[in-house]
Amino acid sequence: MALCFEVLSRFNRARAAQLTLPHFVCQTPLFMPVGTQGTIKGLTTNQLEEIGCQIVLGNTYHLALRPTSELIDELGGLHKFMNWPRALLTDSGGFQMVSLLHLADITEEGVTFQSPVDGKPMLLTPEESIQIQNRIGADIIMALDDVVKTTITGPRIEEAMYRTLRWIDRCIAAHKRPSEQNLFGIVQGGLDPVLRDKCVRGLVHRNLPGYAIGGLAGGEDKDSFWRVVAQCTAALPEDKPRYVMGVGYPLDIVVCSALGADMYDCVYPTRTARFGTALIPEGVLKLKHTAMADDVRPIDPTCNCMVCKNYTRAYIHCLVTKDAMGSQLLSYHNLYYMMKLGRDLHTSIIQGCFPEFVCGFLQKMFPKGDVPEWVCNAMEVAGIDISSCCAPFSSS
Amino acid sequence: MKQILYAVSLLDCPSLKAISKIGGLHQMLGLHGYSFAAVPRDSLLCLPNCDGTNKIGASFETPCGRMLIKSAEYMKMISSLKPNIWASLADEVPAWTSEKRNRTSVDRTVQWLDDCIALDPADGGAVFGAIVGGSSVGERSRCAQEVSRRNVSGYWIGGFGLGESMDERPALLNAVTDVLPEEKPRQICGIGLPEEVLQGVAAGIDLFDSTYIYHLTLGGFALTFQMDRSKEHVPSYQLSKIGSDNAKINLRATIYRKDTSPIVDGCSCYTCQNHTRAYINHLLNVHEMLAQILLEIHNTHHYLGFFRLIREAIKEGKFELFCQKFIQTRRGHLVEAAVCA
Repeated sequence: MALCFEVLSRFNRARAAQLTLPHFVCQTPLFMPVGTQGTIKGLTTNQLEEIGCQIVLGNTYHLALRPTSELIDELGGLHKFMNWPRALLTDSGGFQMVSLLHLADITEEGVTFQSPVDGKPMLLTPEESIQIQNRIGADIIMALDDVVKTTITGPRIEEAMYRTLRWIDRCIAAHKRPSEQNLFGIVQGGLDPVLRDKCVRGLVHRNLPGYAIGGLAGGEDKDSFWRVVAQCTAALPEDKPRYVMGVGYPLDIVVCSALGADMYDCVYPTRTARFGTALIPEGVLKLKHTAMADDVRPIDPTCNCMVCKNYTRAYIHCLVTKDAMGSQLLSYHNLYYMMKLGRDLHTSIIQGCFPEFVCGFLQKMFPKGDVPEWVCNAMEVAGIDISSCCAPFSSS
Repeated sequence: MKQILYAVSLLDCPSLKAISKIGGLHQMLGLHGYSFAAVPRDSLLCLPNCDGTNKIGASFETPCGRMLIKSAEYMKMISSLKPNIWASLADEVPAWTSEKRNRTSVDRTVQWLDDCIALDPADGGAVFGAIVGGSSVGERSRCAQEVSRRNVSGYWIGGFGLGESMDERPALLNAVTDVLPEEKPRQICGIGLPEEVLQGVAAGIDLFDSTYIYHLTLGGFALTFQMDRSKEHVPSYQLSKIGSDNAKINLRATIYRKDTSPIVDGCSCYTCQNHTRAYINHLLNVHEMLAQILLEIHNTHHYLGFFRLIREAIKEGKFELFCQKFIQTRRGHLVEAAVCA
């Protein structure tokens, strides 16, 4: 165990905590931007610190390919290589393989695939994944899991869940640096509550430093999504961090935090920036839209980030319609927005005004009161009264 | 006071209306501590097209196609942008143009200068008169004389970097600067290589803009030429195999994969203070934007440092010596490579 997790304050299931990692002391709930290849697209590490980023996620699959984990290890680890003084998290590499390589196949041994470099058959085993992550040196490393899309049904889901449990033991055995890197287990089981429960129990039994809820954010309907999160957060230990992988939209983060989750990662804020979309309290703002060409207001008048303080929508509209570099300012703003969301969640829980924060958030996003039903249901389970934000349902 | 060049990008984005609403260049770019010079030619996006230019206006090749700009339109842009300095509209022609066409370009450019001055808003920035003349010493001199008769704050020398050779340039430059008053600044466009800059400085040019840094960065190159005038530079011929030389290194080359040194030891730019050659090599290999950002920061810093050295050398009365040493060091590696071949 190389971390310390202390819950500072609660509101029902929601918690504000301090997560002490080898490289940084973090406040949760928090969002982790995805720095796939050892960089967040277009932003310097200086800028990341400026906006309050605490943990950056690196993709093991990509880094193992280029520049290779051996090179990173030789040059002192990923922190040193990219000069990021705060915390890092690496995923296992399994997800990328399954999603990027159409010829990937999963067996008991590991994930077999065709190397994208030379077409040779390759195998990523739990042992290999952990070894690669040991070399990269992140504060948190993820177990290799057998991840299955939630849109799939049938015995494959059960097979994947049990395999994930068998693989966690292999990951634990292969982990050479438990006093410097924290191995998180990942709860699988699709949308089946029985399978999810078995998986939670199995992982908790291994007494890991932290737990992730995996296999979501892959196209399942929102109603199923929140129920799985709710079930897992209820069953996972109180005194360890809970990481919902691949989440996501600001609304999803608020709901999951209300249900008791602490950490999130998603490519959404930076990817949507590259398509010219900015995150604002009301939802999104599409900077490529022609209406933006003459709009001299900042992206968000209530935002204090460097971009909103210096640039107009009209100017950014020109940049994003021209080339990828133009999205750099939007990436900055969007990540600032996500960091602030994490800070606001943390602070409102500590100050005892979490429900007020949630209501304010929902009111800005749904001014007509049309809060989606799944959010209402989730908030009910979370014990947060949002009736003030919801217009009364018309009889259907 | 720092300077930035803004090429009057004749594209409609942002629109003049939007720029005016925002309040001009300084507001739009959020760069209040800087001076802006607005010029008609952008060597990247807005290239003078002498075949299309006629008596109505100057023609430019842009990503949106060919555009013909009249003096009146040009001045509307200038009044929206509100730069500190602006150059008048010019008819720039390449080095191989006919005598007749060259003469016409001079007449037109002078006429447009008069048009622009007439349309100049009362609170406009300082105007730099455009001087052209192609590769004709006579025409260059004639144009410079005509322009120097007008009430301008400085001179913008166009038509270079369009095909003339480095050998013919000093004569052409001197033809212009010999005629211009000492006390007004001279700006030139399209001269970027360090040796070319030295040529320009020797001829009496004060301000330079070019795409040199931009192209270096795009190619993955980082400037490394010696900035410390006291040290002796040791040339290495092996570098020329991978496109590097004593002035720059090609960071895409595999020899930098594990190089944990900064681009230039002792360089105080953000990139050298924070990152290694190995990291930039990786970023270039995986096509990450951050590579260009870090390279541009370093290259700009290094190149501006070069100009600082020039200023110091001039102040100390050692400019000629500085030029000689610089050129010697640059060519040293070529000599070595030839010897060892």
